[in-house]
Amino acid sequence: MAYPFDFSSLDRRNLEILGEGMALSLEITGVAVVIGIGWGTLLATMRLSSRRPLRWLAAGYVNLFRAIPLVMVLLWFFLVVPRLLQRTLHLPADTDLRLVSALVAFSLFEAAYYSEIIRAGIQAVPKGQLAASLALGMTYGQSMRLVILPQALRHMLPLLLTQAIVLFQDTSLVYVSALADFFGQAYGIGERDGRIVELLLFAGATYLVMCVIASRMVQRLARRVGR
Amino acid sequence: MIHIEDVSKSFGAFQVLDRCTTAVARGDVVVVCGPSGSGKSTLIKTVNGLEPFQRGEITVDGVSVGHPKTNLPKLRARLGMVFQTFELFPHLSVRQNLTVGQVKVLGRGLEEATVRGLAYLDRVGLLAQQDKYPGQLSGGQQQRVAIARALAMDPIAMLFDEPTSALDPEMINEVLDVMVGLAQDGMTMMIVTHEMGFARKVATRVAFMDHGRIVEDSPRDLFFDAPRSERARAFLAKIFR
Repeated sequence: MAYPFDFSSLDRRNLEILGEGMALSLEITGVAVVIGIGWGTLLATMRLSSRRPLRWLAAGYVNLFRAIPLVMVLLWFFLVVPRLLQRTLHLPADTDLRLVSALVAFSLFEAAYYSEIIRAGIQAVPKGQLAASLALGMTYGQSMRLVILPQALRHMLPLLLTQAIVLFQDTSLVYVSALADFFGQAYGIGERDGRIVELLLFAGATYLVMCVIASRMVQRLARRVGR
Repeated sequence: MIHIEDVSKSFGAFQVLDRCTTAVARGDVVVVCGPSGSGKSTLIKTVNGLEPFQRGEITVDGVSVGHPKTNLPKLRARLGMVFQTFELFPHLSVRQNLTVGQVKVLGRGLEEATVRGLAYLDRVGLLAQQDKYPGQLSGGQQQRVAIARALAMDPIAMLFDEPTSALDPEMINEVLDVMVGLAQDGMTMMIVTHEMGFARKVATRVAFMDHGRIVEDSPRDLFFDAPRSERARAFLAKIFR
């Protein structure tokens, strides 16, 4: 017997709730991309530094985060960081730090991946560019900021955006903390209405459509940048 | 203005520079030549501290390049340098290439920097290209922009590291013409090049290098008419065949 699909749970009220969930997913993605690229750029320049302690520190950070499953990082931040923050900042016990700790966890985690992309981008810029900017009298920092990084980021833009698409999918992992992101809301509605299969199909299709469209846009951009 | 005194540099056992001594006085045009791998490019890059060296001393306008307390960025801002592969900044327009150093290093206002930059761009005959990006220019044009970029910093001397070696033959002269013009205006220059016809025309002195040593360092006419060393004679014989 065929499974009796029933999509009546996708009514207007529930779609609004799902929309709020999507807004949260996109918010986490956006914040983690911006902070991840910023912190990742710093980590990448540290790894390429001539100072050994900086190199080691950055390499340790990157390897640590790349060796731990994302869901564990999230759990750690949910379980440990809020309490730490609450204790050190003397916040009231009922402050909801779940979102903050999710944002922090994703940002720190993604920075490890972004730093590797950006490091490759920096290394792909011809060495003569650094020599030329130093010869003009720029400091090492100015050379990086004004000459090397703009070129590295431009070359790596398609990869950085592809990583952002992966990150968008990974935000669904915040369900471990019962944060109401898109996936969490879909799951919640499905469970409440006894329509888990339908809701998860809908959620999956939504992720699929959004990611395929985004990937296409990245491909087009990559062709333009590559020219 | 530039004094190179007993400078040595080695990578492990390989001696890149071996007790090199020479000098470039104000208004001098010193051409450094010699076979590939003789250390010419390394030598010219030690002058603005792009290549560190282990022994000896280099001073530019009285400032010691190798001294750990020397403010290298400040020193480099006073020396123009032109590279074999141009090294314009590809993400910046020609005009931005001309102004970025003036604004960020010398602290000039963008307006003043643009006026100066464009004056030098005009001088190398490329004023019409100011809005283009380096990738849209020919090699010869890129190198002329690179020279204008260096000149816009008002350098006390110019260093050229094989400025025509990466160019197609038909573009070499447009770059050399700009350099001849600079020499005639009295710019102090140190030039690594294989263009011996150019050297014969504008050099005040020629330094000939081989295996990391300055084998010969003579006034131009003496170098071309009566080279003292066997190596320089052989080198010239090959070039002026």
